Amino acid sequence: MASYSDKVLDHYSNPRNVGSFEKDDESVGTGIVGAPECGDVMKLQLKISDDGVVEDAKFKTFGCGSAIASSSYVTELVKGKDVEEVAAISNETIVEELSLPPVKIHCSVLAEDAIKAAVSDWKSRNGEKPSGES
Amino acid sequence: MDNHATSPLDPRVLDAMMPYLTDSFGNAASRNHPFGWEAEQAVDQARETAAGLIGGKAKEIVWLSGATESDNVAIKGAAEFYRDKGNHIITCVTEHKAVLDTCKALERAGKARVTYLGVDETGQVDPQAIRDAITEDTILLSFMIANNEIGTIHPVREIGKIAKEKGVLFHCDATQGFGKIPIDVNDLGIDLLSATAHKIYGPKGVGLLWVRSRGPRVRITSQMDGGGHERGMRSGTLNVPGIVGFAKAIEIARDEMEADEKRVFALRERLHKRLADELDEIYLNGHPNERLAGNLNISFAYIEGESMLMGLNGSAHPDQPAVAVSSGSACTSATLEPSYVLKALGVGDELAHTSIRFGLGRFNTDEEIDQVADLVISEVKRLRELSPLYEMAKEGIDLKDYFAGASH
Repeated sequence: MASYSDKVLDHYSNPRNVGSFEKDDESVGTGIVGAPECGDVMKLQLKISDDGVVEDAKFKTFGCGSAIASSSYVTELVKGKDVEEVAAISNETIVEELSLPPVKIHCSVLAEDAIKAAVSDWKSRNGEKPSGES
Repeated sequence: MDNHATSPLDPRVLDAMMPYLTDSFGNAASRNHPFGWEAEQAVDQARETAAGLIGGKAKEIVWLSGATESDNVAIKGAAEFYRDKGNHIITCVTEHKAVLDTCKALERAGKARVTYLGVDETGQVDPQAIRDAITEDTILLSFMIANNEIGTIHPVREIGKIAKEKGVLFHCDATQGFGKIPIDVNDLGIDLLSATAHKIYGPKGVGLLWVRSRGPRVRITSQMDGGGHERGMRSGTLNVPGIVGFAKAIEIARDEMEADEKRVFALRERLHKRLADELDEIYLNGHPNERLAGNLNISFAYIEGESMLMGLNGSAHPDQPAVAVSSGSACTSATLEPSYVLKALGVGDELAHTSIRFGLGRFNTDEEIDQVADLVISEVKRLRELSPLYEMAKEGIDLKDYFAGASH
C-alpha cells in the first residue's frame, strides 16, 4: 500500500455528498459499476434537471481509499455541468486532481465508468436511447 | 498488532546480545584464540537452548538467516540428497511462499514432482488425503505447524505418524508456532523443522533448521558452499549476536510460554467479543479452536480491507494512535490478487477483500485492545455508511445475483 496524497486522504476522511437519492425519481440517473469480487463497487447518482444540467450528485463506494476519493471528487466535479459535458469527463482529470499512483488508476477508470453509467441511465429513463445501444 | 509479520525485540534479548555486538566480537570458527573460543561457546550454549525447546539434540541445530532460508535448505536440500530414492514432495496450498515457491522452483528445474493438497474450510489438511497422495516416489512431506494468516494449526502429530509409517521425511515450517505452542519433534514425528527468531521477540536475520540425526538420520545437500560451517550444511560465518539473542528469546518463550499464551488468548477473546457484540456481519476466518492464541482474522463484510487499514494505520487519522494490522485484500498485496490462503478455505473473493488480520503478542495490553476495538468499530460503521453493498444488502438485494456477470 502506497502513501496517499493529501487530497485522497481528505476525501477519504471527509467524503463529500455521501448518500442516495430515491432511485425511482425520474430526474435521477444511477450508475453502479465494479464488482464485490474485484474489491470495488461504486454507486453514483446524478440528479439532472429537465434542461440537462446536473443539479446534485451522491455516491457510495466499496473500495480502497483511492476509489472512495475518486468517487467523492466526481460528485463535486459534476455539479452544475451540462450532462453531455459530464459524460465526456475523462479519468485523466481524476488522476491529476488526486495525484493517483499507477496502481490506483483503475479507481479513476471506475469513476469515469460510473459517470457514464449514471448518465446513460438518466437518458434511458427520459426517453433517449443510451449511447452504445441502437 | 501485526505480530505474525514480526515482533518487537524483548529488552532482555537485547541485553543478552549487547556483549556480542561490542567486546565479544569473535568468529565462532576461529579455533586459535580466546575471542573465537568465547564465540563458539556462546553459539554451542545457544544450540543446547534451541534444541531443548523442541526435544532435539544440540548438534542437530543448523543456524542460518531465517525461516525462508531454512525452508529452502530443508526442501531443496532433501530433494537433492534423496533424488535417487524418489522425487515426489507433498505439501499444501496454504503454506507460506517460502515453501510454495521453493517447491515450484524445484518443479521448474525438473528436480521434483509436487502435490499441493487442499484444505478444509477451517484451513486444516486432511491426513487421509496425505496418506492417499503418497507414492513409491514420495520422499518428503512439508506442512506448516500453524498458518501465518489465519492461525490454523495443522494436525501435525497425525502427519508425523503417516510419515513414519510410510518411511518418508516430514519437514515442518514451525515459524508461527515455535516458542508459542509446545513442540516436541519426537512426539510429533518431525524430521526437519524451520524456525526464526524475529517472530518470538528475537532479532531479525537469524533462524534455524533442526535436522534429525537418528531414527532416521536425515541428510540434506548444502545450498551454500564455502567454509563448511554447521557440519557442512550451511557455510558462512555465524551471526553470533543474533544466535545469542535467538537463544535468549527461546529461553524466555520456554519459561513464559504458558502464561504468555493465556494472556494473549484472553486479549484476542476480548477483542473478538467486542467486535462481535457491536458489529453485524463479521466472519471469523480459520479454525474456531485449533488456532494460534494471538491470531484473529476477520472479514468485515461490505468494507474493502485497504480502506479499513487506511482508517487504522494513522494515514487518515493522524490524531489517533496508528494500529498495525494487515489485510487479505488484493489492494494490499503485490500481486493484486486477494489472499490465496483465504481462497483455499473457500472464502469468496468478495469476503477475502474485506479481511483484516490481527496478530496479538506479548507486549499488547488490555488498554490497547480496547482502543483498537473502539477504532475498528467506528471505522467499520463509518465505511459501511459509505458502502453501496451494505445498503443493498440491507434492502434485501442478493449481491451474488445482482453482480453475476460483472467482471474485473
